Amino acid sequence: MAKIDLIVRRATLDGKEVDVFVSKGKIVEVKKSVKSLDADDAKVEEAFGLTLMPSMTDVHVHLREPGYEYKEDVESGLRAAAWGGFSNIMCMANTKPINDNASVTEMMLDKARTYWPKGPRLIPIGALTKGLSGKELAPMAELAESGCGAFSNDGVPVKSTKIFRRAIEYASDWNRVVIDHCEDPYMGVAAGVNEGEVSSRLGLPAQPDIAEALQVGRDVLLAEYLDLPIHLAHISCKKSVDLIRFAKERGVKISAETTPHYLTMTEDYLEAEGTEYDTNAKVNPPLRTEADRQSIIEALNDGTIDCLATDHAPHATFEKETEFDVAPCGITGLDTALSVTWQLVKDGVLDKDAFTRAWTTAPCGIFNLPVNTFAPGDPADFFLFDEGEEWTVSNETLYSKGKNTPLLGSTLKGRVKTHFIAGKKIV
Amino acid sequence: MKWLHKDLLDVSQLSKSEVMAIFETAGRFQELQERPVKKVPTLKGRSVILFFAEPSTRTKTSFDVAGKRLSADTFSLAKSSSSLTKGESLKDTALTLQAMAPDAIVIRHWCSGAARFLADRLDCAVINAGDGRHAHPTQAILDSFTLHQEWGDIAGKTILILGDIAHSRVARSNVVMLNKLGAKVRLCAPRTLMPPAVKSWPVQAYSDLNEAVKGVDAVMCLRLQLERQKDGLLPDLREYARTFGLGQKHIDLANPDVRIMHPGPMNRGVEISSDLADSAGSLVLDQVSSGVVTRMALLFLYMTRKGEE
Ligand SMILES: [Zn+2]
Repeated sequence: MAKIDLIVRRATLDGKEVDVFVSKGKIVEVKKSVKSLDADDAKVEEAFGLTLMPSMTDVHVHLREPGYEYKEDVESGLRAAAWGGFSNIMCMANTKPINDNASVTEMMLDKARTYWPKGPRLIPIGALTKGLSGKELAPMAELAESGCGAFSNDGVPVKSTKIFRRAIEYASDWNRVVIDHCEDPYMGVAAGVNEGEVSSRLGLPAQPDIAEALQVGRDVLLAEYLDLPIHLAHISCKKSVDLIRFAKERGVKISAETTPHYLTMTEDYLEAEGTEYDTNAKVNPPLRTEADRQSIIEALNDGTIDCLATDHAPHATFEKETEFDVAPCGITGLDTALSVTWQLVKDGVLDKDAFTRAWTTAPCGIFNLPVNTFAPGDPADFFLFDEGEEWTVSNETLYSKGKNTPLLGSTLKGRVKTHFIAGKKIV
Repeated sequence: MKWLHKDLLDVSQLSKSEVMAIFETAGRFQELQERPVKKVPTLKGRSVILFFAEPSTRTKTSFDVAGKRLSADTFSLAKSSSSLTKGESLKDTALTLQAMAPDAIVIRHWCSGAARFLADRLDCAVINAGDGRHAHPTQAILDSFTLHQEWGDIAGKTILILGDIAHSRVARSNVVMLNKLGAKVRLCAPRTLMPPAVKSWPVQAYSDLNEAVKGVDAVMCLRLQLERQKDGLLPDLREYARTFGLGQKHIDLANPDVRIMHPGPMNRGVEISSDLADSAGSLVLDQVSSGVVTRMALLFLYMTRKGEE
């Protein structure tokens, strides 16, 4: 048996008190806790009263570096990830300059290694087309070689189906999945509010749910025709869920993610007393209706939607403190995702299995990342969670530079106390 | 009466009895309009800033006259003269305005929710003179005051709002107001200019003007923004005028003595035939004078609120 270098003592895993034995960054054994233990010279982490959880993976974040470091940079984004319970985060390419060449990818990875040498792991997502222009393919071989784990035009959906098809085909040669931001390029692009009753009363230019579903439909047909995978980003509405379910029944290689805010919030928030026109809830795709929310929950529970992602989109406070039309879209999410979604499990809304799948096995499966299931040999990526700790979301408690969340001022339950990646303590 | 509201953001904030109180106050100011000296010292020494980030000569002049008749000092901050054109944020504008310590700010802005944005940040009364496509409460108040003057009670009357409903704050505020006062509201527009969720509104929606106008007691025409054609919402103005322009043949289908309204400025021959605009049933000029007295009433109620506490 390998020499044990870390023992986590008396942690709660699935309701049982366990000891976790780690060697060289891997799980060796998880077993029922014993009274006394010969630790030799292994480090011992006392975890009595804390819940042991596998580290989570977020396949959709915006770190803003290079170009918009005032919103977030690699260092602050990884800090939010570390405290948010994430061991892997994948960051989108809409930086300035855009991540469509090896030097940008390498610069991001250098920053990550410098500030967070033990993790969380940063996996850049390369642009699908040069400059996100939708016109010419990005040099995906070069990008993949320098460390890009996937490709996406997130934020600027590819208008031309012809180019999009070629991009999927080309990406498959480098064993990379394409992530599509599903949004019809002509129908209320980035309006930030759902077209319907609420927008009609508020008098805001809005985006209908079919702006998303039309593109989902296109992608389902393309994925089937090409027999290649497409991952659908931030699914927000029932019409998309119906199409994804249909695709999966036909065996099409479609996978999908949704975000905590579509599970917990609706368009009504923008009309409610006290939060009317709150730009912190201006997000793309927009918050939809209660029926959409219910269908997203159901789809996540039954696996139609594979995984959760935050679509962490930090913005500076001054950018959000403005007219609704003028404010940028996006909600900061790395800090709050765990508390929010774990609460859904405790409330019986989200199945525990769906929670675990959505934050760990599914995203890692889709993007070929290491995953910890607490089986021997798995990466020792886990954190200790105080389920009972209450915390108020504020400028001070958020580790991300982005304070742009509708949760600002509300009290959440559950905080990460310690986080290990590959057996090394990162916070 | 003790006025409870700090700001006027939309008519949905007002109860029916508060609307009646505004009408009553406006009625008293109307007598003043007929005197040779049309000025009272009611708001002497108080200041009103007219902050118009979107041009509107009509509404701005109306507020200016209303303020001056009550002896308030009115100051204009127009888009061209404000630092907005230099890219100043609305938050900084709000802070600047706050530092000037006015008693009331009248705001016109191209973004829905802008009036609320200011109201949340300023201590003084904020009066919404039109925010984006959202609300135009003072227009709705002056429109229903005009009808109130004509009819006494508005309850039970049928009123048609005709034109670009989707992009109209005038329509939104009037739908709320007229429903509050017990009227039946109809809307008429091509589907492209109708709000997407109009089914959830307390109205009957039509796309055939000949049907919509049958038996109505008043028609409120809306101004058509001529660039809607470029947005792909209309084929051209000629076709719009032919199908949705109000003409005498429509008036013949309405109730006798049907009243015709328009918030101005009118595109004659587009939304409304020129003859109708000048006809006996037209209340267009009454709306203008109602505008001054209702805005006097509003400035009075909102600016003397603190003194009565
Ligand atoms: Zn995104």
